[in-house]
Amino acid sequence: MSLKFFAHFLFIFQVYISVFLLIIHLQFHFFEIAFLFYFFAGAKPMAAIFQGVGAAATLSSSPSNSFDSNNSVFSPLTSFSVRRGASFAVVRSDGILNLNPKGRRAQQLISNAVATKADSAASSSSSKPGHELLLFEALQEGLEEEMDRDPRVCVMGEDVGHYGGSYKVTKGLAEKFGDLRVLDTPIAENSFTGMGIGAAMTGLRPVVEGMNMGFLLLAFNQISNNCGMLHYTSGGQFTIPIVIRGPGGVGRQLGAEHSQRLESYFQSIPGIQMVACSTPYNAKGLMKAAIRSENPVILFEHVLLYNLKERIPDEDYICNLEEAEMVRPGEHVTILTYSRMRYHVMQAAKTLVNKGYDPEVIDIRSLKPFDLYTIGNSVKKTHRVLIVEECMRTGGIGASLTAAITENFNDYLDAPIMCLSSQDVPTPYAGTLEEVTVVQPAQIVTAVEQLCQ
Amino acid sequence: MSTAFSAAKFSTQPFSTISHDSPLVFAKPTSQFFGSTRKLRLTSSSKFNLSRRSGTVVAVSDYVKQKTSKSTTSLLITKEEGLELYEDMVFGRAFEDMCAQMYYRGKMFGFVHLYNGQEAVSTGFIKLLKQQDSVVSTYRDHVHALSKGVPARAVMSELFGKTTGCCRGQGGSMHMFSREHNLLGGFAFIGEGIPIATGAAFTSKYKREVLKEADCDHVTLAFFGDGTCNNGQFFECLNMAALWKLPIVFVVENNLWAIGMSHSRATSDPQIYKKGPAFGMPGIHVDGMDVLKVREVAKEAIGRARRGEGPTLVECETYRFRGHSLADPDELRDPAEKDHYAARDPIRALKKYLIENSLASEAELKAIDKKIDEVVEDAVEFADESPIPARSQLLENVFADPRGFGIGPDGRYRCEDPKFTEGTARV
Repeated sequence: MSLKFFAHFLFIFQVYISVFLLIIHLQFHFFEIAFLFYFFAGAKPMAAIFQGVGAAATLSSSPSNSFDSNNSVFSPLTSFSVRRGASFAVVRSDGILNLNPKGRRAQQLISNAVATKADSAASSSSSKPGHELLLFEALQEGLEEEMDRDPRVCVMGEDVGHYGGSYKVTKGLAEKFGDLRVLDTPIAENSFTGMGIGAAMTGLRPVVEGMNMGFLLLAFNQISNNCGMLHYTSGGQFTIPIVIRGPGGVGRQLGAEHSQRLESYFQSIPGIQMVACSTPYNAKGLMKAAIRSENPVILFEHVLLYNLKERIPDEDYICNLEEAEMVRPGEHVTILTYSRMRYHVMQAAKTLVNKGYDPEVIDIRSLKPFDLYTIGNSVKKTHRVLIVEECMRTGGIGASLTAAITENFNDYLDAPIMCLSSQDVPTPYAGTLEEVTVVQPAQIVTAVEQLCQ
Repeated sequence: MSTAFSAAKFSTQPFSTISHDSPLVFAKPTSQFFGSTRKLRLTSSSKFNLSRRSGTVVAVSDYVKQKTSKSTTSLLITKEEGLELYEDMVFGRAFEDMCAQMYYRGKMFGFVHLYNGQEAVSTGFIKLLKQQDSVVSTYRDHVHALSKGVPARAVMSELFGKTTGCCRGQGGSMHMFSREHNLLGGFAFIGEGIPIATGAAFTSKYKREVLKEADCDHVTLAFFGDGTCNNGQFFECLNMAALWKLPIVFVVENNLWAIGMSHSRATSDPQIYKKGPAFGMPGIHVDGMDVLKVREVAKEAIGRARRGEGPTLVECETYRFRGHSLADPDELRDPAEKDHYAARDPIRALKKYLIENSLASEAELKAIDKKIDEVVEDAVEFADESPIPARSQLLENVFADPRGFGIGPDGRYRCEDPKFTEGTARV
């Protein structure tokens, strides 16, 4: 038994060292990790690698995971053996840490790098095991549950029906609910978004999908003039309970037009709410909350986050649309972020913790309106703010957030607010250039060091 | 896809761009003034009254001459219907005239677009609708609101910006909404309302097919102008409506002018009704200055939509007697063109028809005129006396769920802040 255990231990030790080094030095490049798994785990089918890509990015931040001492070497081992056929491992950050060859010192410092969410309502009550799924499946589950619950919920968009959605968020829904409830539209964003708004005014609850968020620029007329304003100009007579969602953000060399961040363009529209999801847990929760909300909500997803894997509760839950999420409590500096940058920040957090800093990381989730309570409490505690976002520098979410914090909490700040955003550059195709337009973990580390001087 | 209606022969020449050098093209005076003969091919499914036997909808006056030997039961309308139509058109005209007065007296501001001259289209279509049917309009929406049943008091108060207006004073002239009467707006940008109308029609179809409300046959009418017919949203919605056979009628109020842009200068093919068959729906042209003709066409188009046969594109040739808005000096349009259409005033035409066919007497019509004047006066008085919106109204309708304003620094939702109810909070 012990020999077998030792053999397994060595094997996993190898894998985890490589993965750990990879994560630190290659800064979370998914395909490299996949390659590594491929290399160490032997020949496996491509689909499995793809799952490995997603698996490698698993976070253990969901509330149903507990960070007790049992989650050490054995849990990755058991999950590995269970999934041998599928050939990927669930890589947990705590699992990595316990095998860190850099020693116990690092382990003690980093043990809180990804913390539990103490204030999450679902964590304490959940005694069921939950189920694991990828982010796009979480969105699909949320959507399907809402469509089951309320027959007025319908989906409209390009290729949402028979094709199942270009990112598979609506997969299987057309077979289940029919072609009218999951409507394949022609390529006419302005008009089918307007159609969704008209349907919302007359009693339905549509979910409009932009195949890529950038395409919604074509629907800007309807979103700004009608979606945001009609409730007001009609004197409150008509409500528009519409959800407009789609993937945005910088992907893997998708080119400038498919790599846009529309948060900054839409944020000025009065009358709408904007939320950004970042984990399977909050993706499902925000999707459900957005559908149930009477306000028009724009849900921003990210192209690169669709394959994140997490264990989420079995029971029905929603995430409050206006609240931010505490990812990691800390004392020295508040880092505000959302969507994909959350992972770059957590990446940098590990380095920072190694260096002795204690960052508090908040995923703001609600881009409009800002959760000034959570943010304010954090600012009052740490007195230093760093905003890390993927939005453009000019007029982005970070710019608005900086203004909001300065207005409300100026007295609590010991240093000017730092805002790291993407450069005001159309996203280049070349991979190296693309990397540089987006904020990388190294920049975050430098910024925190600068801020905390 | 076969069409129920085919494009009629377009026998009236549109007026060319006004320039003192180019000769004006006058329509032939004989049969033109009360509209022209329009040939329509009927489907076998339409069960119709005697006037359709020949398969044509003819000019009102021609028809009257042909039918003098027949009994009055072959008339297009009954007395009650006739009086209803007359009252509605006079209502629209009187209301719009009063709007102009009030505007010049400084009671209302901004952009006010008046509907004088186009009443036949609004009355001809909307008077055939039920309350649950929806109407979507543009910025020239006062008369659509009145025809649909929104009280004159509510519309006038809205124009004055008072809190008793149909939109609490928050919409104004260009944004008339009424949930009760299913008026879905009131849109300032042209073409913006057409997708909304398509959405309302989609809801009707959804209710019937998904929610299994079998008797839901609500129809939506989308009114818009000739300028809109060059806009992308128009074509995109024609495609979608025809594709899914939505219960909608697209009504083009072709008044030949988009502010100062003549339709023929802006459009490669000025015959808008032809664009319907390109998308697989019938396109029909009708004389929009003749309310009876419009009503006949409307009956068929609305009936088609109600039966689930899909959309129709109806082009109504009409004319606005005033400028584009009260701020428009209206210098570009040729006075001869204006006179031509002024002679085809729909209210006068209907009055003539009613009297000639002994459907109503001069006295009855005068009584209606007087009644309408009183209603409009009363509306103005009511609007004058209504209160202006209080400051507290500022933030009330921004969100249906006011939690959308977010959580404030103190941990409570901002909408619970008393400054919100006062309207003095800054958002």
